[in-house]
Amino acid sequence: MTAWITRHLQTLIGALGRLSQHKLATFLTTLVIGIALALPACLHLLIANAQTATGNWNRAVDMSVYFKMPTSVDEATRVAERLRQRRDVEQVDLVTADDALKEFRRESGFGAAIDALTGNPLPHALVVRPKGEYATATHLEELAGDIRGLPSVELVQLDTAWVNRLQAILEAVRRGIVLTAAFLALGVMAIVGNTIRLDIQNRRAEIEVTKLVGGSNAFVRRPFLYSGVWYGIGGALIAWLLTAVVVGVLRDPVSRIAGLYGSGFQIQGLALKPTLILLAAGIVLGWLGSYIAASRHLRQIEPT
Amino acid sequence: MIRFDHVFKRYPNGREALSDLSLELAAGEIAFLTGHSGAGKSSLLKLIALIERPTRGQLIVNGQNVAGVSRAKVPAFRRQIGIVFQDHKLLPDRTIFDNVALPLIIAGVGTKEIGKRVRAALDQVGLLGREQSQPLELSTGEQQRVGIARAVVSKPALLIADEPTGNLDPDLSVEVMNIFRRFNEVGVTVLIASHDVLLLERFPVRRILLEAGRIVEAGSGATAAEPALKLLDPSKLVGLEG
Repeated sequence: MTAWITRHLQTLIGALGRLSQHKLATFLTTLVIGIALALPACLHLLIANAQTATGNWNRAVDMSVYFKMPTSVDEATRVAERLRQRRDVEQVDLVTADDALKEFRRESGFGAAIDALTGNPLPHALVVRPKGEYATATHLEELAGDIRGLPSVELVQLDTAWVNRLQAILEAVRRGIVLTAAFLALGVMAIVGNTIRLDIQNRRAEIEVTKLVGGSNAFVRRPFLYSGVWYGIGGALIAWLLTAVVVGVLRDPVSRIAGLYGSGFQIQGLALKPTLILLAAGIVLGWLGSYIAASRHLRQIEPT
Repeated sequence: MIRFDHVFKRYPNGREALSDLSLELAAGEIAFLTGHSGAGKSSLLKLIALIERPTRGQLIVNGQNVAGVSRAKVPAFRRQIGIVFQDHKLLPDRTIFDNVALPLIIAGVGTKEIGKRVRAALDQVGLLGREQSQPLELSTGEQQRVGIARAVVSKPALLIADEPTGNLDPDLSVEVMNIFRRFNEVGVTVLIASHDVLLLERFPVRRILLEAGRIVEAGSGATAAEPALKLLDPSKLVGLEG
């Protein structure tokens, strides 16, 4: 068992040593794999960040609830109190008609015109802020529907159209990512497979000798599989670096845009879990690509 | 150890390399396989190493009928045979140690044991101390001896050699033959394909003469091997070590 592990470790290190003998060729192959892996990784970043960003904005989309005209402040306060009990509501602010009029007078510049009015034309209103986890279009519609059903409520204003659109777009992009990732995964396997195929051709004599002294197909294949794994690891590292570069370059401009929209949103790099997934994808694809190529081509090499 | 029973070998191009060949080599025997180029020497060795398979007839190597050895079992089958090649087939990008260790690595022998056995095998061919050299730093004769060390390092019961002295001058050929003789003395069955006339005269062991794929003269092991033992020059063997 120890001998077996030692053997595998030696083959693993040996494969790395062999790759490092051809630095430029190895680097170029790894770079191509890295770019192929970086594309889906960057798209993932786009989606993840877009979701965080819309999450922020959803919280900013508060619902405005207007009461029917002859509604007492007490009734409005009661409704506000009831809404605060709901688990999908984070905060409810009551804006009485008087407060609203004062604010309107202060901000609109129509002070004189308002003074001319005999009564207060504004209704009492509530600003309802849904909880973050319920800030999806369907939940918002449900909440709005419930509030509309209250007898004293005249109107609920909620603009879910853009939330719906954005989520539809994100869903389409998400599917696009899955497809792109699948194509690029095939690409990575083809790159690794082709590199391994050339490597096998170059080492034909060595393979023949190994088979002559009793090396099985599995034994002959092993160093090529480890080469494929190294390509995958190298590609994943390069892909990670590329995403880090992309995030670094975009951080400031994105913050500026977010600032202009009054959001504190910051673009985030790959988290730990996606990083591990990227690494695992590199290893699995490298291994699989070399396995297919090695199994196909090694069988054809027999000593004569 | 080896028994050919009415074996035919016809290649896909129609050439018949061996026809109706019957031959027996007992365990512990040493024999020369001779004949002109194209007489079928290489084909015969290839059948033994399962590089080729008989078209007809039965071949038993080390108690196994080769017809019953499936493709997947060929590597394990080859591991019980040591093979020496005319062009020694060393891996030029690996050290002497790694070249000789290859069969042991394949067999999954432990690192410590590998070190011991590789040094023992190199000692037997007089190359102890050259473990870290590259094959191309060695002379042709030395390279051939490395090839022999690799063939015997896993202590096979059968050693076959295809023109092992083909590229060597007479003195080196004798050295190499002495090495084969010593392995034979410790019980290894040895079959050497060679058309080196000088060598054949110098080592009067059993001779199997092939001609056009048939055995012309099968020789007899017992009588030929006896005087040959006395021909072994101990001083030459000592000379090899240095």
